[in-house]
Amino acid sequence: MRIAGLPLLAGLDRRAVTLLALLLIGLLFVPAVAGPYLLSIMILVLYFAYVGQAWNVMMGMAGQLSLGHSLYVGLGAYVAAALFVHAGIGPWIGALAAMAVATLAGAVIGYLAFRFRVGGVYFALLTIAFAEFTRIGFDHMTWLGGSAGLFLPVAQRERNDLWSLRGDPVMFYYVILGMAVTALALCRHLARSRIGFYWRAIREDPVAAEALGIDVFRYKMLAAMASSAMTAPAGVFFAFYYNNLFPEQIFSMLRSIELILGPIIGGLGTLFGPVLGAFVLTILAEALQEALQTLGWQIPGIKQVFYGFCLLLVIVFLPNGIWPPLARRLGLDVR
Amino acid sequence: MPLELVLNVAVGGVLTGLVYGLMALGLSVIFGVMRVVNFAHGEMMTIAMYAAVIAFAQWQLDPFLMLLPVAGGLFLFGYALQAGLINPFIARPEHSQFILLVAVAIIMVNGLLMAFGPNARNVLVPYALDSFEFGPLLVDKVRLYAAVASLGLAAALFVFFRGTRTGKAIRAAADNHTGALVVGLNVQRLYALTFGLGSACVGAAGCLMALLIDVTPTLGPVYTLLGFVIVIVGGLGSMAGALLGGVLIGLSEALAGLFLVPSAKSMVSFALLILVLLIRPHGLLGRST
Repeated sequence: MRIAGLPLLAGLDRRAVTLLALLLIGLLFVPAVAGPYLLSIMILVLYFAYVGQAWNVMMGMAGQLSLGHSLYVGLGAYVAAALFVHAGIGPWIGALAAMAVATLAGAVIGYLAFRFRVGGVYFALLTIAFAEFTRIGFDHMTWLGGSAGLFLPVAQRERNDLWSLRGDPVMFYYVILGMAVTALALCRHLARSRIGFYWRAIREDPVAAEALGIDVFRYKMLAAMASSAMTAPAGVFFAFYYNNLFPEQIFSMLRSIELILGPIIGGLGTLFGPVLGAFVLTILAEALQEALQTLGWQIPGIKQVFYGFCLLLVIVFLPNGIWPPLARRLGLDVR
Repeated sequence: MPLELVLNVAVGGVLTGLVYGLMALGLSVIFGVMRVVNFAHGEMMTIAMYAAVIAFAQWQLDPFLMLLPVAGGLFLFGYALQAGLINPFIARPEHSQFILLVAVAIIMVNGLLMAFGPNARNVLVPYALDSFEFGPLLVDKVRLYAAVASLGLAAALFVFFRGTRTGKAIRAAADNHTGALVVGLNVQRLYALTFGLGSACVGAAGCLMALLIDVTPTLGPVYTLLGFVIVIVGGLGSMAGALLGGVLIGLSEALAGLFLVPSAKSMVSFALLILVLLIRPHGLLGRST
């Protein structure tokens, strides 16, 4: 049974719409029932759902493996934070500037890579190189704090100022929820439009796509630019939520790895995979933390060892991620 | 700046670069044969470094004596890893292999952290501060020995791949997987052997690096990245390229540390990497496919 009317939901059956609505209502009521600790975890979950979705545009849809997405998160964070700290320009305008800068960076890297036909593993390593290069560069930019970090004036917790993104965690929760929902809707729209089909054609076989008359270079560029533009607001959110930025942390390769685990574990190239992956991995990490604390095993590193084993099990036994088998069981469309 | 200083630093950089080259050789051999990028390479080196540090602290065993035992241990580790875990992933997409090896790397880094704690450790052999004088040049004894050992091991590996039947079989499997199967080669065993050899290289390099730098559990990712930079600059899959890349990166790191700030030294390496990828995407000595 198909639902007509709302164009955003076009093509979804009633079962999917019901489940989505239930999930959304559940998420809307989280701050009402959750304590500060649970709320901070849910913010993290939604943050990873958002960046995972942005990364998935480039890899999941267009098949270009970027291992340097922390570059766009970091650029977004630094542009918005620098505008706020040095010029008093608020985060919403800052986010536009951040997206512009990140898109430019994505375009430059994409242009160089696709023009010079750097593909596959080489492309992945090129993206790492750009992110690392930028990280060390920011370490030496003293007017942005350098390696000592850039700090935003601490948020007023009593008053919520949405325009300046200064306020309590509940406000941040709704901001990141809005971002995650928007990203999901946008990706669904992209996936169902002509460009989404072109991207998937390129992902499956670039030569065949070219033979069919698709301008492969152009559409790869569009994927790189769309993905980097989408990633930048995550950095803006990061900067204003945590109030401090260190190049060592935000541009680090570990950040890039962290943000792609969600979509891969969830289900690469699916719309709901990044969301599910973010849920599963963040909850897993926190549950491990809690479990080990209860057991009294407080050796540094033990949590990450368990996390690594869980990752290993998922990738060995569910190579396509968790979402495809789960979706089939729920009777939903995998994509 | 006095010329002697520059020369001294440059020679030190080249010697360190040869050890880097041996480490990167392992990465290059594994990629060249199986097309798998070993994202746990630096972590393997860290394990070897800890083996050398522990052997020295417990039994005063010189890392040069530990070279072959540690390389042998890493060979078994790499063989088992390939045979038990990576083999089904050979035909899977790159991102799958990536996550698998990242998971292995996470377990290794944090396993080391659990076992040895976060503090830096080092090996202080009695001759650590000795040096040779060649005219105006002062060359560290350990650095020179380490470089010579690296060259020797690289040469041995080269002879193995060129001169022995097994080495030739591995190259055949790398060139043509189906063809190798048709003539009856046990490709799975050859792959495991290759991963073992690549790991042995990085194991030996780890032993030597333990003489040159302090080891911490979190050293792994840094050296994984360094390994990538070197093999891409030299040419992924090319053995001579790995050594050349190692020397170039070692030299550029040393000179950048001298002329710029030391903390910016890897920026020069990454700039070099980006440049090489764009101008010669298959590296200085790599073959285009």
